[in-house]
Amino acid sequence: MPMASEAIRDYAVLLGDDSLILGHRLSEWCSRGPFLEEDLALSNTALDFIGRARMFYSYAAELSGSEVTEDFFAYQRDCRDFRNLLMCELPNGDFAFTMARQYLLDEFYCLFMAALAGSTDEHLAGIAGKAVKESGYHLRRSREWMLRLGDGTAARHARLQQAFDELWGYTAEFWLVDDLEGLLVADGVAVDVGTLHEEWHRDVAATLVDATIEMPVTEWSVSGGRKGVHTEALGHLLSDLQFVQKSYPGLEW
Amino acid sequence: MQSIHVVPAGDLERQKRRRDSALTAVWDLLDEVMDPEVPVLSLWDLGVLQDVRQDKAGLVITMTPTYSGCPALETMREDIMAKLKTIGCHDVRVETRLSPAWTTDWLSASARQRLMRHGISPPVIGEQVACPQCGSLVSEPVSEFGSTACKALYRCKECLEPFDYFKPL
Repeated sequence: MPMASEAIRDYAVLLGDDSLILGHRLSEWCSRGPFLEEDLALSNTALDFIGRARMFYSYAAELSGSEVTEDFFAYQRDCRDFRNLLMCELPNGDFAFTMARQYLLDEFYCLFMAALAGSTDEHLAGIAGKAVKESGYHLRRSREWMLRLGDGTAARHARLQQAFDELWGYTAEFWLVDDLEGLLVADGVAVDVGTLHEEWHRDVAATLVDATIEMPVTEWSVSGGRKGVHTEALGHLLSDLQFVQKSYPGLEW
Repeated sequence: MQSIHVVPAGDLERQKRRRDSALTAVWDLLDEVMDPEVPVLSLWDLGVLQDVRQDKAGLVITMTPTYSGCPALETMREDIMAKLKTIGCHDVRVETRLSPAWTTDWLSASARQRLMRHGISPPVIGEQVACPQCGSLVSEPVSEFGSTACKALYRCKECLEPFDYFKPL
């Protein structure tokens, strides 16, 4: 396989990893939502992300050109092979934590997918063109929740503030560009995430003001997901997600 | 009410492919394949059915997914294969194409009317969502997400009935 398509395959896998891991976390809320409508919303959002993962993985499989299918990327790789952002794999915590994470990522994906829709790689651009519409819808809801929780009762407010304080150090990783992405940015394939930071920060800051949440002041930040160095949470998540294929390799039904 | 049927700009290419196709019988037969979750709309009405071609290996049907994770896509694929088998077509490939991205703008005027009669309020942008039961324009959202990926849940403030609303995308 030529170098260029190998790099694009790896980039597609990385994007699929974000979507699958976040989608799986959201799916854990199914039947546990605070009320029926929210249960549906969380499950629907999970479906959008898992669908997105399938499109990215299928494309990666196509570029691999061998017998590999989308399932290989989801079920047959180990922790260190996954390249998702650490924030996607964090355990759900309470509803405020899940929604704060969703909000931060929705703001990110709205900008990211809009930029990827202009990729020189038509397939990635096509996936992003679909995803950006869905992310816009996700953002409307997650932003609404920031206001309802932040500007709500003292207990809601405190939980949401705590969620942002815990999550903030994970946002630094959004803006890192590794060597693979650097090469693809130069070709106009990948998104130069650094250029999105300012707008993201402005939008998030505006929402936090409306939600009466203080912008977290964190002196720590973590990264590593893009290099395959994960939190302890991912192994547990994968043991659940991959259980059937690991116990019965190749099983179909 | 008289209305002029206007083809949405983004849908012209698709309409043209059908009009110029030599495989008219196949297109017409596929009009009988309905969306499994909104059975008053065919895959053509919905904008999911994009192209019908023939190559050396057989028929190639192209679809575009509505939502990335829509679980109905697999059923649609199976339904297309099953329908084509009834006319003896066994060599069929169903492919998906992502671009241009599906939009509810492609729903035709007749598709929107049928949705309304089926109890699902059709998508609107910048207008009030109409109640399919009593026609009132005074309604409120109950949930941004509904029973399927493409619907939200609304409630009529006049007749007080809840109803599905097809989300604009």
